[in-house]
This record gives sequence, structure tokens and C-alpha cells, in this order.
Amino acid sequence: MLDSSARTIRDDIAAGNVSAVDVCRTFLERIDAVNPSLNAFNLVAADRALARAAEIDRQRAHGVSAGPLMGVPVAVKDNLCVRGMRTTASSRILERFVPPYDATAVERIEAAGAVIVGKTSCDEFAMGSSNENSAYGPVCNPWALDRAPGGSSGGSAAAVAARCAPLALGSDTGGSIRQPAAFCGVVGLKPTYGRVSRYGLLAFASSLDQIGPICGTVSDAALALGVLAGPDPADATSSPRPVPDFTAALTGDITGLRIGVPRAFVAEGVDDRVRSAFDEALDTLRRAGARLVDIELPHAKYAIPVYYLVATAEASSNLARYDGVRYGHRTADDGRLELQDMYRRTRDEGFGAEVKRRIMLGTYVLSAGYYDAFYLKAQQVRTLLRQDYDAVFEKTDVVAMPTTPTPPFRLGEKTDDPLQMYLADVFTVSANLVGLPAISVPCGFATETDGAAPQRLPVGLQLTGRLFDEATLLNAADAYERLTDWHVQRPG
Amino acid sequence: MKYEPVIGLEIHAQLRTRTKIFCGCSTAYGAAPNTHVCPVCLGMPGALPVLNRQAVDYAIRAATALGCEVQPVSVFARKNYFYPDLPKGYQISQYEQPLALGGGLDVVGGDTPHVGLTRIHMEEDAGKSLHEGFVDSSRRTYVDYNRGGVPLIEIVTEPDMRSGAGAAAFFSQLRDILVWLDVNDGNMEEGSLRCDANVSVRPVGQQRFGTKAEVKNVNSFRYVQKAIEYEIDRQIELLENGGTVVQETRLWDSATGRTMSMRSKEEAHDYRYFPEPDLPPLVVSDERVAAVRATMPELPEARRRRFVASYGLPDYDAGVLTQSVGLADYFEQVAATAGNVKAASNWVMGEVLRTLNDRGNTIEDVPLAPDALAGLIGLVDKGTISSSTAKDVFARMYDSGRSADDIVATDGLAQIGDESALLSIVRQVLESHGDAVAQYRAGKTATFGFLVGQVMKASKGKGNPKLINGILRRELDGAA
Ligand SMILES: [Zn+2]
Repeated sequence: MLDSSARTIRDDIAAGNVSAVDVCRTFLERIDAVNPSLNAFNLVAADRALARAAEIDRQRAHGVSAGPLMGVPVAVKDNLCVRGMRTTASSRILERFVPPYDATAVERIEAAGAVIVGKTSCDEFAMGSSNENSAYGPVCNPWALDRAPGGSSGGSAAAVAARCAPLALGSDTGGSIRQPAAFCGVVGLKPTYGRVSRYGLLAFASSLDQIGPICGTVSDAALALGVLAGPDPADATSSPRPVPDFTAALTGDITGLRIGVPRAFVAEGVDDRVRSAFDEALDTLRRAGARLVDIELPHAKYAIPVYYLVATAEASSNLARYDGVRYGHRTADDGRLELQDMYRRTRDEGFGAEVKRRIMLGTYVLSAGYYDAFYLKAQQVRTLLRQDYDAVFEKTDVVAMPTTPTPPFRLGEKTDDPLQMYLADVFTVSANLVGLPAISVPCGFATETDGAAPQRLPVGLQLTGRLFDEATLLNAADAYERLTDWHVQRPG
Repeated sequence: MKYEPVIGLEIHAQLRTRTKIFCGCSTAYGAAPNTHVCPVCLGMPGALPVLNRQAVDYAIRAATALGCEVQPVSVFARKNYFYPDLPKGYQISQYEQPLALGGGLDVVGGDTPHVGLTRIHMEEDAGKSLHEGFVDSSRRTYVDYNRGGVPLIEIVTEPDMRSGAGAAAFFSQLRDILVWLDVNDGNMEEGSLRCDANVSVRPVGQQRFGTKAEVKNVNSFRYVQKAIEYEIDRQIELLENGGTVVQETRLWDSATGRTMSMRSKEEAHDYRYFPEPDLPPLVVSDERVAAVRATMPELPEARRRRFVASYGLPDYDAGVLTQSVGLADYFEQVAATAGNVKAASNWVMGEVLRTLNDRGNTIEDVPLAPDALAGLIGLVDKGTISSSTAKDVFARMYDSGRSADDIVATDGLAQIGDESALLSIVRQVLESHGDAVAQYRAGKTATFGFLVGQVMKASKGKGNPKLINGILRRELDGAA
């Protein structure tokens, strides 16, 4: 059962082959068994999950119609609010914060019958690419415990890879769903900006953040997106566009599909093993009937600096609300502390080093005298990047790149060099800057032999689609998945 | 040297929506602290703003009435600073692209005939810090977030005013218009209308502006005038003693009647404005502006001119009757039903306003429907009652809610219009006032008035004065 897809589990529960409680218990036992070595969860909500599962079994007994995620255990990234459940964003500043409201995404999966098993670790406020920036300790990659699971949704990706849940929710601001999915050998989908409501997602960079699923198969990603997507009156940036049937779009047929490959962009700084896995994936797609088209993305090389200007600027403002006044951590205060000192100490104690670094960067970027040179310029380049993609999508249907330039790196390997760490996002940030949907699917393994025992490290293929054309994107990814067996391989 | 003051105002007006600008919480004033709050207006993690359409319509209404150009696209921006009453650590406002540009107001009275407007933009109000009134107020400040997120417009004027009195006249007239439009309740005590003043002075004849100080917290017409006058004097004195004015924010202290430095230019906040990514640009179509315009009450100035032109009312009467939408509406309804414009105007300006003032009521509280007052006017016009009786009837109507017909019939107040009845009263009066009659006949004609009064008294005020005059004159002169 642990290896089953969300769809299979749903069908089995609906058919009465297994109870939601049994499914829930099985996954909770798995979490108990593996989480001590992974640290993928900030919180396991066993009692609440079992009660939910029992409720679903009761409903089924009374013939209440099944939701599309009926009884499916789901792990939720700890930057999404779940009413009554501690939500920390892996930060000390929200150590004891319990939201009195649900994120819209959470509300929707629960309404669809999902059973939330717990909150998964992430980089603090989703800022990072290795999940090492958590106040509650790093997460280990299930494929190689001394390596990073990627970030910021590292806990969600590790949980799915380690079969703690068939489905997890993540958030993606610059690759935070796709990069950990690639590192952990699972599927991760970042929907189009505006496709999924951000209400209740602890904001990192509001114009880039998007919630999406991490799961074992593309078909499960389509299933989950169908539940998550759609307009939300509580989020003014959510799109009113109708939501198509994503599952029906999975035909397995990609004959004539035009796949753009930015050869020059992916030529530099890419690990040989990643490159050969990527080339092999392109070959597979071509043999399945897709047409490979060489494309140019002339401004993609600026995406990393543009991203770190825009994202930090928005973050510096988004994180101002954590001030110790209304909720969250407040420094010990005998009533004699001046207001400014209360702020300073509270935020100094509450935020980790990377969050502070980005708040300072973002504050600088927006400062009088620097705004035009940094923030405004970054937005202008963002427009150029959008134009690059507009041109590309006139002659292609999806764009293919490796998800990451390297296989998973070792824990601690890049923590002293933030710039190196930021480069881990080189292929993923563009989709956020332009708002495009993008997916990472497993496309092979890199064998690492420099340690004591050889390690098999997952490699991801990233496909990027047109705005709001997740259907084509998912169909391409699903077609690839049908021709390969990378996604069924699991860590030991 | 002679100096010329240069003054511009920034006015914050709360819009009279029922709910806040970015969430569904109530805007009602005076509720228990922190009861009109939700995750959005408390700045809870993950909560997002959604723009209140009604607030936009009210802002459009104010902008249109003030002659501004409503912009087809305006952009919300974040104004970043830390303060406990600002839950998100930023205020959602508009910065580079405000809702409306330009416009202005012709000021009646005062020394600035026209004040231009620079812009009107929308923003959210902050909560309220309570530094006093708690047992531990020496150590703690409490915050009430009920006001946080109440919709505001900020109206920024050009530096067109030249005196404290001129600024106060403009502010007062602007308030009347906002209240007239029903976009703001005009209540400065509760803080729903607030004013800051930018004040500088320059030698007469100099084109360049002097260095300005921003004076905050001038929240009444009187304080606008006094604070500006104080600030003008302070700056002139400073310059005349060889000093220089520094750019700073100053706080008006109404207790001492002075302004005091709050923060200098160097200490000024860098608000790090940038476009609010949680809200798409605000797009306002021409159709929407037209629709708002269609629901707008006729502006006081236009209505005043119409009252003069179509009712033939004197300027003064038209001015009084257009003090508020309610009063003007009331008058027009009375006039239409009574068919006697002059009488309607006299009644509304006279008895109605006097009684409202005496009782501390407003026109919205008046217990007399316009039809009822028109009925009273009709009785006077028909001669059924005298105008002095009518005042008495009016008072009874006001208190009892009964109709004029009912009161006149039941209380027997109809005039005595019967000549023979009046003749016998007149003869009785002449008989008992022989000396007065003698004086009259001796040429002291002023006594006539005395005798009329005696007849009225004998008729218990119900005698038709015109008839009494005729009969009395005939009796006195005829017998001579
Ligand atoms: Zn609220």
C-alpha cells in the first residue's frame, strides 16, 4: 500500500477494499519508522488524522459521495495554515503559532476527502534550496542521508520519496517544489501563478509564490491540481479562468508536440551525469513523437539576480508583520524595553541567518536611491524574460531543461556560500518570474562513488508550459513517465 | 521684510462603507476594542487583502465632485514602516499611480478663491495606540485594531492657500462637500476626518518656495487656523532673527497652542514604497465613473444656483436651504406639495430650523413629514388660521405628530371669519375702552393698534386680523 498512488488508494477506499483508517494507520506507522532518521516532519498529527479517517469511513458507510482525494493521506508544508495545527514555517518566530483559519488549498484538499497526516519541514519561510535553513534542523535526503533533500519544500519531497504519504503540498517561489522533487526522485508541479489561491500560505515573495503538489506520479499531480485549482474570492491574484479536467488531458500521445530546448542556456555549469540523463530524456521524448526545437532564452542568464532582487524586496516587506506585537515570538520583556529594542531583539531571536540576510538585501533593494537601480531594473528585466518566453511559445508547446544543474549535494556543502546555493535555482526561477507552470519528473540517477559506499542520486527533468496550459504540460510529463520507470524506483 | 505664507493641506477622510477596505469587518465606531478584527486586518500570516468595491465607488464620487480626473489604472503600493498599530508592518496605500489627479474647489469667503488639488488616493487606516487609561499605562501601550483597515481617501492640495483663515475656510467647505456626498461623516472628534498642513513662508515677490514644515494633528477648523498662524509666526520670527527653517514634521499641541518638532528630515522614514503584489492594478472604466456620477446628489453650489433661478429665492435663502442634502430635499418636497415656494422657504428657514436647533435635532430627525408642513401652509393660505396661530399649530404638530387639520378642528383654532360675530366683539371692546376710543377720536391714531390687540385678545386670537381691521375702522370712523 505504501507504494500505491493517491489515485489507487482513493479507489480502494471508495470500493471498500480498505478503510481510510487502515490506510492512515499504515502511513502513520511508516512516518514513525522513518522520520527519526529523515526529520521530514515538524509535526505529526496522528490523532487528528485518525479521527478524520474514521469520519471518512463513516461517511462512506452512509453512502456520502466520495471526494477525489477520499482518504488519501497528505503531508502539508509547514508554511500553509491548517486551523488549530501549529504552523511555524520552520521558524523560531512562529514556534507556537496556531492559526485560527485554513489556507484555501488546505480547505480544498480536506473538502476533497484528504487526511492531513502532518506538517513537513522546509527552509525557514521557504527561503533556501537545501532545507538546511530550518530552526528545527535539516531534513535528510531519503536516497542518501548525508545529502540535502533540496528546498525549500524538502520535507514534503522527502516525505513522499520515503512513502510517508502519497501526496504532499509544497510551495514554489523560485523552484521550491521542483528542485526538492528532483533531488528526492519524485514528481513536483508548480502551477501557473494565479491558478491556486495563496490565501493562508505564509508569504515569502507574493508575486512569485505558488502552491502545488509533490507526489509519486504525474497522474497524481493532475488529480491534486484539479482539487487545488480555481478562483478564490479571498485571493485577488487568483485567476477566474475555468479549470479543465487535467486527468482527461493525460492521453499518452505527444505526437507532434514541439519541445523547446535552450541548448546554450543549459550548456554551462551542468554536471555531466545530469546532462546525460537530460539528453537521454530528450531522446525518449523524441522517439515518442515529440519534435525537439532549438530555442534561445537570451535573458535567462539574468534570472538569478533578478529573482534575488524581486524575491528579497517582497520578502523584506512580507516578513515585517513578525514583530512580536500580536502573535509569535516576543523577546523577554519586563515592560521597560523601548519599542525599537523590542522589535530588534524579537526579530534577532526569532529569525535565522538566511532570513535575516534576505530581509537586509530586500530592504536595501527598496531603499531610497537604490530602488530604480535594483527593484525597477529587475522588474524591467523580468518583462524582457517574459517576452523571451512569449517568443519561444510561438514555436514550441513546452520547454525542457534539467531541473537542477547538479544531483543532490551534501548537507553542509554549500551553507557557507550563499551564492553557490542560489545557483542551484538557475533553471527553476524563470518560471516563477514569468508565472509559467512547470513540472519536475524523475529522469535518471547519478551514481556517486566518492564516498564509502556508492550512492544513487536522483536527477530531474523539468518541463515548462504556457500560462494556464497545465494540461499540455502534464500530458507531456505523463507521456514521458509512461515510457520510463524512474518514478517507480524508491529509496531503500 | 514682508513675508508671504504658503500653505498646502493633506486631508484624510474615512469613507462611509459598512465594511473595511480589504476585509469584511465592520467599520462601526465605538465598539469594544479588538472586536471588529479578522486575520486580514490583523496582518495574520498568509492572510490576503481583497479590495472593497464600495470604497472605490465612494472615492470616485469624492474625486468626481471635486473635479479630479479619475485614472483608468491606479496601483496600490506598500508603505513600509514599523509601528504597533500597523499590523502588517506596511500600510497599503497608493503612491506613484493614485486614483485621481487634479481638480479643485472654489472657496466661498476666505482669502483664497480657488484651491487646486494635486491628487486623491485610497489607503487603509491604521489601528489606534492607547498610551493612557490603563493601570499599567506607565509601562505598556495597548492597541485597538478596530480602526485598522477602515478605508480612507487622502486629498492633497496644491500649495495655494496664503493664511490660516483661508486654509480653515477651504477645509470647512471641503468637509461640507464630503458630508453632502455622504462619503464621510465629517466627525473630526472621532477622527473620521483629519488634517495635516504643510506650511512655509517666503519673502513677498520671491517665486521659489521656502522650506516647509509639516504640521500634524490639526483636527478642527479652529486648530487648522491657529496651528497655521502659529507656524507662520514661528517661521517668520526665525528668519527675521537670522535663523533658517528646517524641513521637519511638527506636532500641533492644542493645549499649549504651539507646534513642536516631532522628527527632522534626517529622521524621516524611508518608506520603501513598491507596488502591492497582492492586489492587481485597480482598473476603473469610464462607464463605472459615469455610473457613480449618476447616483451622486446634486452638489450644494449647483443646487443653490438652481434654487435662485427656478424658485426665485434670494441668494441668502438658497444658501441656508442648501446647508445639507436633507434640508434641501425637505424644502423642495414642502414647496412642491404646498405650491407656495416663499412660504415653504420661510417655514423651513424659520420655525423648522429654529425648532431643530432648540431640540438639538437634525433634519433627519424632524417628526413632520414634508406633506404635513405643506398642509399647515395650506390652512394659512386659505385663511383658515392666522400665521400666528399657525406657529402654535406647528409646535403641537412637532410634539404630537398630529396633522394640522386635526389640531385646528379638535382644538377649535380656526379663525373667526364671521363678520357679525366679530362686530359684537368689537362693540364690546369699544364699550369697555371708552378712554382709548376718546383718545383715538382726539387724533391719537396710534391707539388703533391697541384696540386691534384688544379685539384679538377678546377673540382668543382666532379673529381674522384683516376683518377686524375693517370692522374696527368702520366703527370708530363711522361714528365720528
Ligand atoms: Zn478584518
